[in-house]
Amino acid sequence: MAAHNVPIGPMGRQKYEVEIMSSEAIRNTFGTPETHFLNHEKGWKSWAFTLDHKRIGIMYLIGVTIALILAGVFALVLRTHLWSFDGTGPVKLTNAQYNQMFTLHGAIMVFAFIIPSVPAALGNIVLPMMLGAKDVAFPRMNLASFYLWIAGTGCLLFAILAGHGLDTGWTFYTPYSIETETGVIYATFGAFILGFSSIFTGLNFLVTVNTMRAKGQTWFKLPLFLWSLYATSIIQVLATPVLGITLLMLIAEKTMHIGIFDPKYGGDPVLFQHFFWFYSHPAVYIMILPAMGVISELISVYSQKKIFGYSFIAFSSIAIALLGFLVWGHHMFTSGQSQVVTLIFSAITFTVAIPSAVKVFNWLATLYKGSILLSTPMCFALSFIFLFGIGGLTGLFLGALSTDIHLHDTYFVVAHFHFVMVGGTLTALLGGVFHWWPKIFGRMYNDFLGRVSCFLVFTGFNLTFFPQFVMGARGMPRRYATYDPEFQIFHQYSTIGAFVLGIGIVMAYAVLVYAAFRGPRCGSNPFRAASLEWQSSSPPDFHNFTHKIAMCDPYDYDSQVYDEELDTYVHRELAQPSKPVEAEPQPAAN
Amino acid sequence: MNWQIPTLFGQTETAKTVLERVQETTLPGTTVPASSIERPETGVSYWFPEQASTFAKGVDDLYMFIFWVSTVFFIAIVVAMVYLCLKYRRRGKEIVVEPSSSHNTNLEIAWSVLPSILLVPMFWWGATGYFDSRIPAEDAEEILVTASRYNWLFTYPDGDSSSELHLVRDKPVTLKMQSNDVLHSMYVPAFRQKMDIVPGRYTYAFMVPTKLGQYRLACTEYCGEGHSKMRTLCEVHIDDQDRKENTQWIESEHAPWENGERIYKIHCSGCHRIDGQAATGPALNLTWNREGKTHTGEAFKADDNYILESIWYPAAKVVEGYGPVSKMNSFKGILSQDQVNHVIAYLKHLQDPNAANAPADEPTDTEPVAGEKSTEEETETEA
Amino acid sequence: MAVADSHDTAHDDHHDHGEFIAHHFDSPEQQFDSGKLGIWIFLVTEVLFFSGLFVAYTLWRNHHPEVFEQAHVFLDKILGGLNTVVLLFSSLTMALAVRSAQLGKNKQCSLYLLITMVCAAMFLGVKAVEYSHKWDMGIFVRSQFDYTGGHDTSGLFGLSPYLIQLCAIPALLLVGCLVAAVIGKLTNKALFGSFMIGMTITVAGFFLGAGSGVVYMSATGGGTGGSHASHVSETQPLMLHAMTASEDEDHDHGEEHAHDDHDHADDHSHEHADGESHEALDGDHHGDAHAMDHGPDPSKFDKDIGTFFSIYYCMTGLHAIHIIGGIIALAWLYWRSLAAHWRPDYFGPVDFVGLYWHLVDLIWIYLFPLLYLIE
Repeated sequence: MAAHNVPIGPMGRQKYEVEIMSSEAIRNTFGTPETHFLNHEKGWKSWAFTLDHKRIGIMYLIGVTIALILAGVFALVLRTHLWSFDGTGPVKLTNAQYNQMFTLHGAIMVFAFIIPSVPAALGNIVLPMMLGAKDVAFPRMNLASFYLWIAGTGCLLFAILAGHGLDTGWTFYTPYSIETETGVIYATFGAFILGFSSIFTGLNFLVTVNTMRAKGQTWFKLPLFLWSLYATSIIQVLATPVLGITLLMLIAEKTMHIGIFDPKYGGDPVLFQHFFWFYSHPAVYIMILPAMGVISELISVYSQKKIFGYSFIAFSSIAIALLGFLVWGHHMFTSGQSQVVTLIFSAITFTVAIPSAVKVFNWLATLYKGSILLSTPMCFALSFIFLFGIGGLTGLFLGALSTDIHLHDTYFVVAHFHFVMVGGTLTALLGGVFHWWPKIFGRMYNDFLGRVSCFLVFTGFNLTFFPQFVMGARGMPRRYATYDPEFQIFHQYSTIGAFVLGIGIVMAYAVLVYAAFRGPRCGSNPFRAASLEWQSSSPPDFHNFTHKIAMCDPYDYDSQVYDEELDTYVHRELAQPSKPVEAEPQPAAN
Repeated sequence: MNWQIPTLFGQTETAKTVLERVQETTLPGTTVPASSIERPETGVSYWFPEQASTFAKGVDDLYMFIFWVSTVFFIAIVVAMVYLCLKYRRRGKEIVVEPSSSHNTNLEIAWSVLPSILLVPMFWWGATGYFDSRIPAEDAEEILVTASRYNWLFTYPDGDSSSELHLVRDKPVTLKMQSNDVLHSMYVPAFRQKMDIVPGRYTYAFMVPTKLGQYRLACTEYCGEGHSKMRTLCEVHIDDQDRKENTQWIESEHAPWENGERIYKIHCSGCHRIDGQAATGPALNLTWNREGKTHTGEAFKADDNYILESIWYPAAKVVEGYGPVSKMNSFKGILSQDQVNHVIAYLKHLQDPNAANAPADEPTDTEPVAGEKSTEEETETEA
Repeated sequence: MAVADSHDTAHDDHHDHGEFIAHHFDSPEQQFDSGKLGIWIFLVTEVLFFSGLFVAYTLWRNHHPEVFEQAHVFLDKILGGLNTVVLLFSSLTMALAVRSAQLGKNKQCSLYLLITMVCAAMFLGVKAVEYSHKWDMGIFVRSQFDYTGGHDTSGLFGLSPYLIQLCAIPALLLVGCLVAAVIGKLTNKALFGSFMIGMTITVAGFFLGAGSGVVYMSATGGGTGGSHASHVSETQPLMLHAMTASEDEDHDHGEEHAHDDHDHADDHSHEHADGESHEALDGDHHGDAHAMDHGPDPSKFDKDIGTFFSIYYCMTGLHAIHIIGGIIALAWLYWRSLAAHWRPDYFGPVDFVGLYWHLVDLIWIYLFPLLYLIE
């Protein structure tokens, strides 16, 4: 394989020539650039066929937001239905309609929103820039991933519109999914396609982080967001194929009755659960790990302090990713799997608590002696710690065997995973979007309104899901269209909270959208962040960087100096055009 | 009604109003009116229903242990977070960062390892409690549980059967469970016991009830349209004889429509309501002599032959709005023609209660007669 | 500013001659390394994709070893072995193709690629014979499993109607490629013409495979699968009913039989729709099969053997889909070889597809003993 070492043409590694920026260049780069990735090409085709990771990221962001709104509306409808214990509330759904609502809410939220939200939307925009790269390794595959997302979500929607909906729950448990006449085939095929979308993103990120790092960007200079995205990508690549084959087998079972899962033909429905959770438990970490990465960035930037215990946080991400593959059986403590297996899964489940706790402690330690700015992203980050704390700790109740037997498939579980998925991932997504919004659009949002939206999200969320813990412990089963009257008061709190939460989310998006079009211009680095993406202009150039990158530690905030003329922070090596820059960027000393 | 409903902020007006409403109406379509659940006040805590099995207390104690450990940690985290945010918040535009270490390996190892030690008793306690609830006593009696959408059928060692679960206090019992169709899960919150019911195999749940009373029993594994209706009662009796009075049913001592009502409760109530509202199937109080159309547009009249055909061959004439494929399983081989006669009598009774003598009586007034068994469960359990 | 400069012109249209380096890579090495890592990760996902089926196989074999022991006799070791040899040979030619590409020998590379594609198509042809032979005997997936012992040879030239259906699409492709090749030659589109000739040869490979399969079948009177099974069924009485007793599905049988009858009827109407003559068929389709070549006595087999064939069809079917995908990728490489794209500093695609092709072979190397060589 010696052949590929033959050098060719002008394409050496020495891409970034020694270069001294003129003051005009600095103004254009760190002030307001004239051309950037948003306007260097125009027209819908320049978006639909773009290979630019930032544009694909924005399209992903729009896509997942639409999915969020759709599934959120389903959630509000079913919460309103649950206002009254006997289904006589303001929204009256039949049982069949209710079942469809919670199924579609779950399926769309999980497959079309949460899984792609942080990695595919935020990660796509930020990851190559953080590496100092021009793009991800396989831009076409990146675009294909987005169109697969469209196709998969389209299949899910098609199941609603033409396939008589979907009423299996997002877990597609056999044999009910084999028997029901609703659009299981369309929906599972949709989830299958979405799985490939997810694999493409993960594969792309793994390769990009491995091979596309700029010179001097070593593994331990990667921002923690990238570590968590890397861990996430490992899961996406290793777990999703198993879901793919499982769903194919389910489709084969439903169309041809191959007798693998269908007990009528000697199949084993519990085998399906094993296959399903072998993917879907790691998928939980696909949802939460990138969120943790976002929080690591936010906490550090808005405390202006190097993240505490970088390597512990980095390796805890990898540890969570690996342990995540060994705990799927804790979804099946009551399913009839063997008791020894159950015991082992419970033990491993407890070990996952450790790396999660490590992260929380490290975030708190980062706050110590920092300079904490309680702006919108930081408020979301602090909400995350609060909500994820509850979500994580309630996981202990479900990891312990005897309590899980009582709490399994009750509202306690519902509350637990919403605290992690919504209180964790959605909060982190909003925080991250607020944080990187000025980078993407070069415009600042209204911080006060942003914080109000954060408050609404936080309050509404707690009001929605905290009562569900109480209900669950008292024995309210999940997926019930009508329920015992003694639980009604909790459901009513929950319903009110859901609307407050909904208003908060809508408000957050309103603040963002307004800022993108009408917000005041801001410089390239308004928050004095030190990771590489803030060295590009805001909005970034099509090629991300138009200048030599000044490589430095992503948490070395002292490297950023304030430029009064531009009203923004600039890396000190770049801020002084008169000073010659060394050819080989030196790792900033720390 | 001495229902104590602890709520988030204490007893509220809403809850009382709801209760009054419940007392008047029943939860239609379920086998049990919600208001019939009389529960002792004792043992109801803020977090839990009463403890009515041997291992319930262990579960609750572990729950509260984890709860307090978590609460201490959580409060510590939140207090630290709020304190740090207030103390070090940025004042003005100036960024002041006091120099401090960015890592401390000993500290980090300490806060990784020390909390893990607390996890060990949680795991151990949980595991022992789990085996308490999973390993049956040797002398446990075996009750066969047959779950089907959306009905429960409990068959006792003496051959009696019922649509509610009747247990005897302090008598260990193993529920041997089977499903006729999809996954179900048997859950009695008061016993802290739950086990999935998997078609194609048997699963088992073990318990020793310790307290007299009536408790909720629910399906917790999503099973379809009537999932939330798949609820019934679990009643704990003082001795075998008391239970026998509740489970025994001698057809000859009841009017035909009462026998029909019993069949309805066991086999039909999961899908058919008797309050005029449509569910998975049409309401049965409007069925007798009804004239309507099938999904193919064919006219029918719900007479004797139609009822018989619909029970034995449900796919033959599906009522408009419930087709094209009937969701009902055939009861041929499960209900005999005599039993269908009882059902027809019940349908007539529902239409015109005055036609019969008295309101529905629970089988409690019948004298226990040894050796007699009702027949329907035999055919049912063969399957 | 200065950085983007020269790379903007070197855009990443692979069908251009010259530099095949995408704008976002700094160097060809970086591009090659990325591609290599990417394909390896992709192969990992492929392995995991198949792993689901392997797990299903393992569990079923653990729970019901008898099913596997008795069912595999329907699989013909000779045909399976032939396919194994064909695939191994294709792996060799693929490796040679990669070597040629590395050396920039485009013509040599295209020849090796063509041989690889022909082998792949041959594999599918043999597979078509195997599948159709089983379908003739009513060996379908679990719910449709309806083994009658008969063997349907009512199609054209005494072939199975299923085989003729399976051959329909390749036949159309063959004609299409041939016509396209002629058009290419006539209109002086040399590259297109040569490519289409190669594709014609490839599709012909399918018929080579199918033809050898049919010849072998008729020479041995149904292949070793049938005769071997007869032998087994005499010496080792099958006790399949005992094995199903644990499954608690007696109550299903009534319903199942009704279902099967229905399918049976379907089969017939389907065959009639084909417009073939069926006078002889109906007789042996219902078990009166003395006149025809046939497999073991159907009365000895339980429907649970169908589960083995469910797994068999899932695994080999998914593998066949990967073969088809491989042929498409190879065709793309073939085109680029004819266009002389490979140079010592640019041969990544051949290398990557080569890795994929080796994996597809490797999976077959596992499937063959697991399915065919059970003893």
